[in-house]
Amino acid sequence: MTQASSLPTRTFTITRADLVRYAAASGDHNPIHQDEDVARSVGLPGVIAHGMYTMALAARAVSEWFPGTETVSFGCKFTNPVVVPAEGGVDIEVAGEVKDSAEGLTTVALTVTCEGQKVLGMPKAVVRG
Amino acid sequence: MPVDQSLVGRVFPPTRPYAVTEEAVRTFVAATGDEYAGGPAPATFPIVLAFDAMNAFLAAEAIELHRIVHGEQRFAYERPIVPGDVLTATLTVSSLRQIAGNDIIGTTSEITDDSGALVCSTSATLVHRGAAS
Repeated sequence: MTQASSLPTRTFTITRADLVRYAAASGDHNPIHQDEDVARSVGLPGVIAHGMYTMALAARAVSEWFPGTETVSFGCKFTNPVVVPAEGGVDIEVAGEVKDSAEGLTTVALTVTCEGQKVLGMPKAVVRG
Repeated sequence: MPVDQSLVGRVFPPTRPYAVTEEAVRTFVAATGDEYAGGPAPATFPIVLAFDAMNAFLAAEAIELHRIVHGEQRFAYERPIVPGDVLTATLTVSSLRQIAGNDIIGTTSEITDDSGALVCSTSATLVHRGAAS
């Protein structure tokens, strides 16, 4: 079976508090995800989300689209930073399209954007089951 | 200061065994705003092991963490990670390039269980931003 079908787009809001929680849960305590001054000192526009946090949200969308499946592979580039303001938060949109489904493996091409700009480069997941 | 070119191909010592607990998986899932209902850990959970290995590598090479930006991450899974697994990551420096004053460091971490079986192989590209800024 081969099909190209769009999956329901998911929107997630990322706040500074989320980044603090994610740092503790993942062990990535890079201060560019917490401290405005450090982020700017290395040329970033402000505090940015962990690339892996955005990737984790993309994985969450995949697991909601394909509950009970096993992930075979998952990868992306981090092409644009997700800048997270001190107050409120920023939204990211995770869209997906089934590219191929054969022999029990489903390939999903994702599009992850923040304020209309792609933040992940060619995110792709392959799930089984 | 550029990263030493002789690092390419170097294999770093395995990380200390890490016991995956339900609590650790629940905390990780909660950080993405979701609720853990038991079963396998989420797809990006192996980053916990990979970070452990990357932190040890950066410390060994005296690379400052705040100068690192993540460029790329790929996971290839042999099986899902579940609570009760005892895992170790072994990092290899796979490539090193200099572009516009930044070091582009390619790493691969093999995550194995306590029987020695491969659970997940994950590659990361780390961008080490030069001190010029």
